[in-house]
Amino acid sequence: MSLLRVEGLGKEFGGVRAVENLSFSLAPGMVHSIIGPNGAGKTTLLNLLTGIYVPTVGAIYLGERELTGRPPHEYAAAGVARTFQNLQVFFNMSALENVMVGRYRHERCGLAAALLRFPAQARAESACRDAAAELLAFVGLGDYLVARTDAMPYGALKRLEVARALATEPQLLLLDEPAAGLNPTETGEFDALIGKIAGRGITVVLVEHNMRLVMGVSDHILVLDYGRKLAEGTAGEVRADPRVVEAYLGATVH
Amino acid sequence: MISWLAQARTGGMLALVAAIALLPLALSNNYFYEVAILVGLNAIVCIGLNLLIGYAGQISLGHAGFFGLGGYGSAILSARYGWPPLAALAAATAAVGLIAFIIGRPILRLRGHYLAMATLGMGVIVSIVVSTEDGFTGGPDGMSVPPLTLAGMVLQGERVWYWVVGALVVAAVWLAQNLIESPTGRALRALSGSEVGAEVVGIDSSRHKLLVFVISAVYAAIAGGLAAHYSGFITPGKVSFFHSIELVTMVVFGGMASTFGAVVGAAILTTLPQALTVFKEYEMVAFGAVMMGTMIFVPKGLVPSLAMMAAACHRPVRSRGSDR
Repeated sequence: MSLLRVEGLGKEFGGVRAVENLSFSLAPGMVHSIIGPNGAGKTTLLNLLTGIYVPTVGAIYLGERELTGRPPHEYAAAGVARTFQNLQVFFNMSALENVMVGRYRHERCGLAAALLRFPAQARAESACRDAAAELLAFVGLGDYLVARTDAMPYGALKRLEVARALATEPQLLLLDEPAAGLNPTETGEFDALIGKIAGRGITVVLVEHNMRLVMGVSDHILVLDYGRKLAEGTAGEVRADPRVVEAYLGATVH
Repeated sequence: MISWLAQARTGGMLALVAAIALLPLALSNNYFYEVAILVGLNAIVCIGLNLLIGYAGQISLGHAGFFGLGGYGSAILSARYGWPPLAALAAATAAVGLIAFIIGRPILRLRGHYLAMATLGMGVIVSIVVSTEDGFTGGPDGMSVPPLTLAGMVLQGERVWYWVVGALVVAAVWLAQNLIESPTGRALRALSGSEVGAEVVGIDSSRHKLLVFVISAVYAAIAGGLAAHYSGFITPGKVSFFHSIELVTMVVFGGMASTFGAVVGAAILTTLPQALTVFKEYEMVAFGAVMMGTMIFVPKGLVPSLAMMAAACHRPVRSRGSDR
């Protein structure tokens, strides 16, 4: 049984086919990677898988449930979380509050309870704060509990987005180029973090350019080129595939 | 840290309550009371408007429309249809909430400048309706409004109204602060931080925009109704585009995303014109200069900027202490 299933997915932008006739499925509890040359449609695919873009054709299923055409917040409610390549941090809030926002779908309360601050509401609030602090420590940002987000370094903000995504308690976590802009040490730390997340039983989808990171952590790799599936399989299989080598190096394989 | 936050929250409330309780000592005559009541009523609108503009990051250039609808609704129901004024006020407030809900649905899909234009248009429509439907509203001349009665007692006199409005300002601040520190309030703040970021953690952005739009309209309607019953008279002036701009200016001046800032902004911009009468015909010039100066030197608004300055003064003292 697959966690996520995509059938005949396509997305056109004014005649340009960013993603075309794409079908694949992702098994639960694994680390999947989506790779491909620049412009292969990776980020478009991620936006399709989180409801930010509505596909032109095709269908997306999470488990048994079809989510095609639903808005992003319904994808989140179904258990899909993500981070962004170009950060979408709430810079008007502290690091801790950013993660507390991530708890939204588990903390929802009535308007009257919120306005009048019922005692149960106040208790839930402090529980939410503790859960958020724990997640910040989990991603290695224990020192940033009260930090202003506009004063945090880039690498820390990338982890903050991971903590916020984890706070939604997702089944599926999509990471959009988490290592872009990070130095080798930070990339190595991210590698370890992905392992820890997978260890919690969360299915991870990694969109990444850094091949060392991808080959090291992935159980399954999907290779895209010009919006189409070029190959898929384990790291070894993908690396040995002549079509992948050609797409990346432009070499004709004889 | 958690106890510190609680202190800042309760500390602000205590300061507000103390200011309202002690202010009458400095109010030597009815005119000062009148200004103080006006400050309070503007503060209530601004607290609501700040939830929309400051916290949720949406703009409205039409809130005088809601203020006016609350006022005229309550005035018409009580003066023309003989409703008890308190019931009229409640019904007018509920009606404004419903109107905000209905028009909020289509216009809150717009963003930035386009939302500003749409809300501006809404305010202008209300203003035109109020000045032309003279059978109901008395047209440009306005209409008289019966006084508010509470449990058989007629609310009259500046002193009585001062305490009523003061208590309502405290309640308005308390409710707004509670909302902001709830999951719903965080969702609103997340919208102004990053709408797509909010959506992907499960926040229905259109639902939350509509919610805060309705809440801010209700705040304005209550203040508008109270203003009408307090002064005993209502004219289209309070529904004008200029009043909408005044309200937004108070919020920005006091400090966006600061409930106490909204109160301070309302207090200063309501009293400043009175204080600037010494400049006689240059009064408006001086007023404009104060506003431009504030936006240049304290762009985040008065209260947030002062809070940041206070924090900055604190830090070096502590580090110097640890060096020794």
